[in-house]
Amino acid sequence: MKRRLNGFVYIGLGFSLLVALLLSPFASTSPNGLEKVAETKGFLEKGKGWIFWRHAPFSDYSLPWVKNEKVSTALSGLIGTLAIFFITIGIGRTIKKR
Amino acid sequence: MAKNSSPGQKKGFMHIPDGFLSNGLNAATFVISAAACAYGVKRVNRNFGEREVPLMGVTAAFIFAAQMINFPVAGGTSGHFLGAVFSSVLLGPWASLIIMTIVLFVQCLGFADGGLTAIGSNIFNMGVIGALGGYGIFIFFFSLFQKTRKGFFTALAIASWFSIVMGASAAAIELAISGTSPFKVALLAMAGTHALIGIGEAIITTAAVSLILKTRPDLVSAYRVRQEDSKKEAIHEKTA
Repeated sequence: MKRRLNGFVYIGLGFSLLVALLLSPFASTSPNGLEKVAETKGFLEKGKGWIFWRHAPFSDYSLPWVKNEKVSTALSGLIGTLAIFFITIGIGRTIKKR
Repeated sequence: MAKNSSPGQKKGFMHIPDGFLSNGLNAATFVISAAACAYGVKRVNRNFGEREVPLMGVTAAFIFAAQMINFPVAGGTSGHFLGAVFSSVLLGPWASLIIMTIVLFVQCLGFADGGLTAIGSNIFNMGVIGALGGYGIFIFFFSLFQKTRKGFFTALAIASWFSIVMGASAAAIELAISGTSPFKVALLAMAGTHALIGIGEAIITTAAVSLILKTRPDLVSAYRVRQEDSKKEAIHEKTA
């Protein structure tokens, strides 16, 4: 017996989009685990000196043209979640069994 | 995520940025991660059909969204969900590795989170160690607890915790090899901080999986408990 998946996928995607849109602006802004360790152990600067890839459109999870920080974070999360959904499905389709 | 950031300028990060690890080490982890991903693609190709692809998509989307939600842990530090064990028990460890790799690439190229030169190390820590290693630990404890329903959730919580602490320890070893931080200092700090973050990972993973089990037990591929323990035996999905 194989049950349909559409409902699960739509609800799952909708839930993920809501998480990105509504929760991400209120995420903790304290440094995360690695960042905090780098800060206290004195090697944080090593990671800020240069960046190899300079063309990230949503650097630091924000849209450069949106001034409001919370809105900017929320929208970048929404775009990222949708993008990941379609990119993964695209890659999944190319590598699945034929 | 850090405040007051201007575009193109690197302020905050969640994954290992450029500059922390030596090129030699990043090259080595890249080769290992690429080999693991190549085998993972083979496994997914063998086992996944039209039906599993949208499940991969929605799992990856959820992981990306949830990774943005930093929660505070002790001492002015935050942590966030990883999802490696979560996706492993849903779709199998190899599909989970592919999902983690896609998420890390999008975060790196799209959001400047995690250095492109360190992508091999980030995939190694969170995909190879987190997804494959975490799944190994899950299987070990699930068998140890004789595949009961309670054992499933206990193994899930333990494996989720270990996936975070092992990934962080791997990062500490990489930092030490690269000469960025002395081994003992890096290991104690990374494992210590992530021991707390791992508790959050265990809570979120068990909550999310139990929610899916309540509505669609057929979608949790690793849920194969003994018959007498569950009213409706899970319908085994194909896994990779």
